[in-house]
Amino acid sequence: MFDFLEGYDVLGAFWTTVQLTILSAVGSLIWGTLLAAMRVSPVPLMRGFGTAYVHIVRNIPLTVIIVFTSLGLADIFGVTMGSRDFDVQGFRLAVLGFVAYTAAFVCEAIRSGINTVPLGQAEAARAIGLNFSQTLRLVVLPQAFRSVIGPLANVLIALTKNTTVAAAIGVAEAALVMKEMIENEAQVLLIAAVFAFGFVVLTLPTGLIFGWLSKRLAVKR
Amino acid sequence: MTEVSVTKDAVPAADDLVVLKNVNKHFGALHVLQDIDLTIARGEVVVVIGPSGSGKSTLCRAINRLETIESGTISIDGKPLPAEGKELARLRADVGMVFQSFNLFAHKTVLENVTLGQLKVRKADKKAAEEKARALLDRVGVTAQADKYPAQLSGGQQQRVAIARALAMDPKVMLFDEPTSALDPEMINEVLEVMQQLARDGMTMIVVTHEMGFARSAANRVVFMADGKIVEEAVPDQFFSNPRSDRAKDFLSKILHH
Repeated sequence: MFDFLEGYDVLGAFWTTVQLTILSAVGSLIWGTLLAAMRVSPVPLMRGFGTAYVHIVRNIPLTVIIVFTSLGLADIFGVTMGSRDFDVQGFRLAVLGFVAYTAAFVCEAIRSGINTVPLGQAEAARAIGLNFSQTLRLVVLPQAFRSVIGPLANVLIALTKNTTVAAAIGVAEAALVMKEMIENEAQVLLIAAVFAFGFVVLTLPTGLIFGWLSKRLAVKR
Repeated sequence: MTEVSVTKDAVPAADDLVVLKNVNKHFGALHVLQDIDLTIARGEVVVVIGPSGSGKSTLCRAINRLETIESGTISIDGKPLPAEGKELARLRADVGMVFQSFNLFAHKTVLENVTLGQLKVRKADKKAAEEKARALLDRVGVTAQADKYPAQLSGGQQQRVAIARALAMDPKVMLFDEPTSALDPEMINEVLEVMQQLARDGMTMIVVTHEMGFARSAANRVVFMADGKIVEEAVPDQFFSNPRSDRAKDFLSKILHH
């Protein structure tokens, strides 16, 4: 029944999906946190940059961003991402695009988390002489993160599924292989079901684990 | 009590620790601090009382610049309050603050609450910071709770930890912004006792409170505020038994007969 799978590296494709997801998740968590820090900073220029970035980037379709990394950054501006190999380059450009895009959503999730931390926490931190970045790093963000584990799981699940857009610039992840198979094989419904199942296997545990973490790490007040 | 008053009178005028001159602040149309002049000498315990909305909390918070002021000057130990940045952080480390709602760091244990400032601001080493923290927790009577989280403590215990956290920075002056107002009645005394001990040990304190008993027994001076102005300043005995202003008489008549 599943002999149509022969000749295709389905597991390899999903492994690429996983790699895209993990690297983009780590990158967007870092960049998103920095953006959130900018958005609550006392420096107007940083606040302005953070706000503008989020509003611009989250309103551009992901496909446009991913295609731009390849056709714009690579082809026009000659960004090679440290490799001449087309596949490696495409993978790295895709990660860059996913980080840029997902960070806007991570930023907003974290910023809403910052808003759940009572003002008194930051006041107490400042009152013992911590500066802005220490207050944020040591007191506000640790509490903010714990309150937005749920929303961050949503972002991560969306990111996992969004990695399929990398197919647009030829990254051999799950969606690209699926497209190839649909073109060449007859069992279209089965192929779709296999890939749908693959994504559920990836994302369902994400939601469950994050849900458990969110309860476990909740800050008691 | 008499002893404390004597100490106050003996404080030389030159040793002013906190000086506010002509301080003004508005919240929108509300003129919440109006031409405030106040000088607190080293070792002095000043209790600020007054009806709600009189500006006493704002005054207290202005002294470590949690509230900005619009005009006038505030100086601490001879240095004017810096506007922002490193200088301000350094100054805040020297001014201990205790809040009405405790504001203990909710994600850190009691011990970590007391060591955080020592480690990150004073750059103390971990062992010394923990030793000092345990000594302070012992002093305020919550040693047994050192490894618990703030939410596991009673209000009174939390506030005593908050006092220890402020003391860990070796502050020159301690500000108390209604430290007992959020406490259940049976926990008020345990906090007041710690504060009274601090006063006896010679700590300079500015205390915004509704606890008239504390004002009587621990204060060198009572400052009565109403509608953003300092209406009356006097030693406690004189203020409570013989207030000069009508506003203070009215205020006292409303609270003292209970």
